[in-house]
Amino acid sequence: MGFLDIDNTTKSYGAVEVLHKVDIAVEEGEFLVLVGPSGCGKSTLLNMIAGLEEITSGEIRIKDAVMNGVHPSKRNIAMVFQSYALYPNMTVGQNITFGLEMHNVPKPQRDKAMKDVANLLQIEPLLDRKPGALSGGQRQRVAMGRALVRNPDVFLFDEPLSNLDAKLRVDMRTEIKKLHQKLGTTIVYVTHDQIEAMTLSTRIAVMFGGYVQQLGTPQEIYDTPANIFVATFMGSPAMNVVPAKVVVENGRPMAHVALHDGTIASLPFSQDNLAEWDGKDIMLGIRPETITDEDAADRKSENIAQMTNRIVVTEPAGSDTFVTMTLGGRDVIARMRSDANVRAGKDFQFAVNMEKAVAFDPKTENRIAP
Amino acid sequence: MSIASQDTAIRTGRVTRMLIYLVLLLFALFYMLPLYVMVVNSVKPLDEITGGGMMNLPQVLTFEPWAKAWSSAQIGVEPTGLSPYFWNSIKMVVPAVAISTVLGALNGYVLTKWRFKYDTIVFGLILFACFIPFQIVLIPMAKMLGLMGLAGTTSGLVLVHVVYGVGFTTLYFRNYYAVFPTELIRAAQIDGAGFFRIFWRILLPSSGPIAVVSIIWQFTNIWNDFLFGASFAGADSQPMTVALNNLVQASHGVKEYNVHFAGAILAALPTLLVYIVAGRYFVRGLMAGSVKG
Ligand SMILES: Nc1ncnc2c1ncn2[C@@H]1O[C@H](COP(=O)(O)OP(=O)(O)OP(=O)(O)O)[C@@H](O)[C@H]1O
Ligand SMILES: [Mg+2]
Repeated sequence: MGFLDIDNTTKSYGAVEVLHKVDIAVEEGEFLVLVGPSGCGKSTLLNMIAGLEEITSGEIRIKDAVMNGVHPSKRNIAMVFQSYALYPNMTVGQNITFGLEMHNVPKPQRDKAMKDVANLLQIEPLLDRKPGALSGGQRQRVAMGRALVRNPDVFLFDEPLSNLDAKLRVDMRTEIKKLHQKLGTTIVYVTHDQIEAMTLSTRIAVMFGGYVQQLGTPQEIYDTPANIFVATFMGSPAMNVVPAKVVVENGRPMAHVALHDGTIASLPFSQDNLAEWDGKDIMLGIRPETITDEDAADRKSENIAQMTNRIVVTEPAGSDTFVTMTLGGRDVIARMRSDANVRAGKDFQFAVNMEKAVAFDPKTENRIAP
Repeated sequence: MSIASQDTAIRTGRVTRMLIYLVLLLFALFYMLPLYVMVVNSVKPLDEITGGGMMNLPQVLTFEPWAKAWSSAQIGVEPTGLSPYFWNSIKMVVPAVAISTVLGALNGYVLTKWRFKYDTIVFGLILFACFIPFQIVLIPMAKMLGLMGLAGTTSGLVLVHVVYGVGFTTLYFRNYYAVFPTELIRAAQIDGAGFFRIFWRILLPSSGPIAVVSIIWQFTNIWNDFLFGASFAGADSQPMTVALNNLVQASHGVKEYNVHFAGAILAALPTLLVYIVAGRYFVRGLMAGSVKG
């Protein structure tokens, strides 16, 4: 039993099922991020936890108490909305204490709670202002203040940073993470930004088409994606997934991939059970940062494969240079050091860290587990 | 070169602007003419009017006609002036406007934020009320008022006007609330506010512009209504418009045009006042929602 249990929960609108048997147990103090492309059902799931959407079947429990049919205000949750949803006619102070007032908390206590939260979020000078007179970042803080003040069991965030500009988004991201570390509260956080998901979470649920595709720590999601969708959705630039053929040479499974000119490169797998796939086609997944030059290759890796291929495009991006090549008939991106000696149109000897490579079943698109 | 062109730009601007002002002035004068006639003739002795000087300024200024219209003119059989009927109108208009506006706001709130199955059909039916001609409902309404024991009373008139006005007020508030962010309602729900608390604390304080529209619209319509007043009012609940008609239509004695003019202005004054006080909010409220904030 977790702290927040989402137990075989589905959601249908009429005959259309938009969430299919979602099963997640969140421990106390966890930071769970629901991430996925638009329309995958993240907000719907969050709203069901909040009690703003009815649960079609299954159960949601907080601290082992069944929440189905319980009014949002009785679940001891707080929510931060994408638009912040600050009450426009009330001051910041009134916004923060409105929930306490509705729960009949006496005024002196309300004022004290407001002071504490304002102090924590450094919004004391704003308390008498109306939301209309605040900047986006300040509104964001107030919205968090309104959630924090009630000291809820679970915090729910629905894309809280998506209305901020890029710089502020990064700052607030850090701020939220600090806050979580300081307060140790349980958070469920919705975003479609995979970087936000990776940086903030203790665990990630990657969603697509109403299914949870994978649930795991950021590291698990990144290193061992459950399927091609997760592999390509998480990470920037996305993981390269190319068609390859498994061939066992001297008892060792190798990936045969076509280079730019159609010749075959033979890359040894670190994963032994791929020998069962001898002669079959697979999809080979390689993260851009695992394709480098010889010097930059991971020293700890025991399986660095060499591959000479033609460079199509180079894109210097300051700290890194992105190099595009053709592999298995597709564009493949490598993330190189900025001082790597790469030039478009030239052949280059790449080092591929095959320890990090993953293989997918081309039919089911699921990862072939070791 | 740029200076020269700027120069001519200003000069042509001045000329066209003068022309525009002139045209506007003419239109304004034209529209003001009836008011001028009414005001001027309401402060003249009767013989100056019957002498054939409708457009002239008064030679003798007198407020006698106003006093008479208000307090002693013959209305029907009683020489009461318009004042009791003025209060009748107030007693009818204020509750009718208040109730229909509040009901419209509640309807709009439910139709946009507490949606239910077939709510659009319900809204369509409510809207339908805006398009039913007054004449059609006269007889059924009279029957209903009789059944409810409200025939000939102010309460009956209030009911009629509320029923008729709710279609419009619902339309206004529904459209206004449709663009009101639903996340605010959800936030308030999580904060623990119930149906009426959300309405009262979150929605209503943000409804100023549309409330003004609704109030002005309802006030002018109900105040100026003649048909319902003439059909359903009893002798002691007749509104101002009916009384004014009785004053002007009085068939005996000389026609006191100056008193009639004064009475007509008195009858129009409250709506005029409402427009002057709240007119600019009216335009603002009508515009609200059409432009995204
Ligand atoms: N009231 C509704 N009736 C029918 N379908 C709905 C309704 N609300 C949402 N849906 C559908 O449910 C699915 C999930 O919607 P949801 O809002 O949860 O997506 P999301 O993952 O939050 O997307 P986004 O990133 O765009 O916010 C969508 O396909 C949407 O069309
Ligand atoms: Mg969403």
